[in-house]
Amino acid sequence: MSARRIFARPARRAAIAPYVWMALFFLVPFIFVVKISLSQTAIAQPPYTPVFDLTGGVGAIKAAFAALSLDNFKLLLSDDLYVFSYLRSLLVAVVSTSILLLIGYPIAYGMARLPARWQSVAMMLVIVPFWTSFLIRIYAWINILQHDGLLNQILLALHLVSTPVVWLSTDSAMYLGIVYSYLPFMILPLYATLAKIDPALLEAANDLGSSPRQAFWLVTFPLSLPGVGAGVLLCFIPIVGEFVIPDLLAGSDSLMIGQTLWLEFFTNKDWPVASSAAVVLLLLLLAPLLLYDRLQRRQLEAR
Amino acid sequence: MARASNKLSRFNVTSLALGLAFLYLPIVILVIYSFNASRLVTVWGGWSLRWYGEFFNDGAMLDAAWMSFRVAVTSATLATLLGTLAAVALSRGERFRGRTLFSGMLYAPLVMPEVITGLSLLLLFVAVNAERGFWTVTIAHTTLTMCFVAVVVQSRLGALDRSLEEAAMDLGCDPARAFLSVTLPLILPSIAAGWMLAFTLSLDDLVIASFTTGPGSATLPIRIYSEVRLGVKPEINAICTLIIALIAIVIVVASFASKLSREQGESAAPL
Repeated sequence: MSARRIFARPARRAAIAPYVWMALFFLVPFIFVVKISLSQTAIAQPPYTPVFDLTGGVGAIKAAFAALSLDNFKLLLSDDLYVFSYLRSLLVAVVSTSILLLIGYPIAYGMARLPARWQSVAMMLVIVPFWTSFLIRIYAWINILQHDGLLNQILLALHLVSTPVVWLSTDSAMYLGIVYSYLPFMILPLYATLAKIDPALLEAANDLGSSPRQAFWLVTFPLSLPGVGAGVLLCFIPIVGEFVIPDLLAGSDSLMIGQTLWLEFFTNKDWPVASSAAVVLLLLLLAPLLLYDRLQRRQLEAR
Repeated sequence: MARASNKLSRFNVTSLALGLAFLYLPIVILVIYSFNASRLVTVWGGWSLRWYGEFFNDGAMLDAAWMSFRVAVTSATLATLLGTLAAVALSRGERFRGRTLFSGMLYAPLVMPEVITGLSLLLLFVAVNAERGFWTVTIAHTTLTMCFVAVVVQSRLGALDRSLEEAAMDLGCDPARAFLSVTLPLILPSIAAGWMLAFTLSLDDLVIASFTTGPGSATLPIRIYSEVRLGVKPEINAICTLIIALIAIVIVVASFASKLSREQGESAAPL
């Protein structure tokens, strides 16, 4: 037996503890979400009527199945508030992911063309804000965008506007916040693929008579598509469920689904409706999640 | 001649400079204003440490900071243990039953919207009647951050030359010995980097902590968030600057650690 195979056996055993942990705290909780999404709202603590009580034996389980209700899901589909929340979340995610790609690509491209020595410095500079607190970065923008904030002061001083502009509680502020927060997530996978492209390919394109622009669109861009896919998924999925940024920067007239879910849960104390909203959100994201999982696995396990 | 197509163009330099300015300017402005003497956040009243003093006299804020710190240290340590084990199993375990489910469970939380993760964990804690507070938040953060640790360590393990372990075993080490004396020292820097990433992610989290904590045990982000909703306060600028300083120290240590290990193989992970 090869050394590699002998090594594999104890290595597999290392999976036990994290496996049990993730099953217990990641997989099992979803069962509770589904269960509570099917139960009735109640004014109690916790605020729902439990549907599965295993202590009651078979009869109780049968009764429990009879009591399951899809009312919460019917409510989600019939109430405009929820339908609009889902649509708005998808729209916001599509628009901001597109902006992120447009801004992130040139930056990643610039990084990949730096001299090798500078590339790791540039990568560090992009990663550092990602480590800095998310909440702090949004707060930093509130500082700048508020009524008498720096942006308005500059605009007034330059006589570009005559009265302060309202920036906070607008969609533009929200998009700015999202793009700002997720930019590193877009740049890093793009940079990772762009940096791996063999420069000899571009030289060959050049020798064969294509202009730098043609070479970019015929060689570089197609080869960077896996990075584009990773970056897009890495931004799109969490943005759909985003709560903090729209809550602090956007107006309150139209909500994203993350905000609606939060409101149902913390303000209205309607746990069953919040759970069904989470189930539907998860179903919406299932396809991109599976795609992302495949990409991630290929990237980490192909070596 | 052919080299010409590989040179940095003015466009490349401009987009890099603008991109980095965009990423850093807001944070720099925040830090500068934390030293502002004026109560009005936007009027410059000279340099002062007044708002730092205010923070150190704010008992509720200090309690929250202490709670966050304890949660971050405990959950980062647990997450590093579990995440490293998971990375070893995935990159050295060859095929095993349930592998697809295992890696799926580890990669999904990286992008899963936090409202879903937070809500589902809370429902579990309520169902088993767990008292919500320090331990529930710690468990929730461990679950999220161990996935990041697993990705960081796994990408290092993937770049490692496996013939080193095999040579150790050919020379008579059993697998445990080979791992402890050859593999572990080589991946130690990435394990350290994983711990620090887990620490900062836990320190930063608002959504999952809001769902899983109980009354009376707010974390720092929860307190900051409820203050920020009421508007900009200079004290918050001071707290944020302190957090940035703490994270900066962590980053310097982490980059030192990863420089030690990064002879070969750039991380393929988004980190």
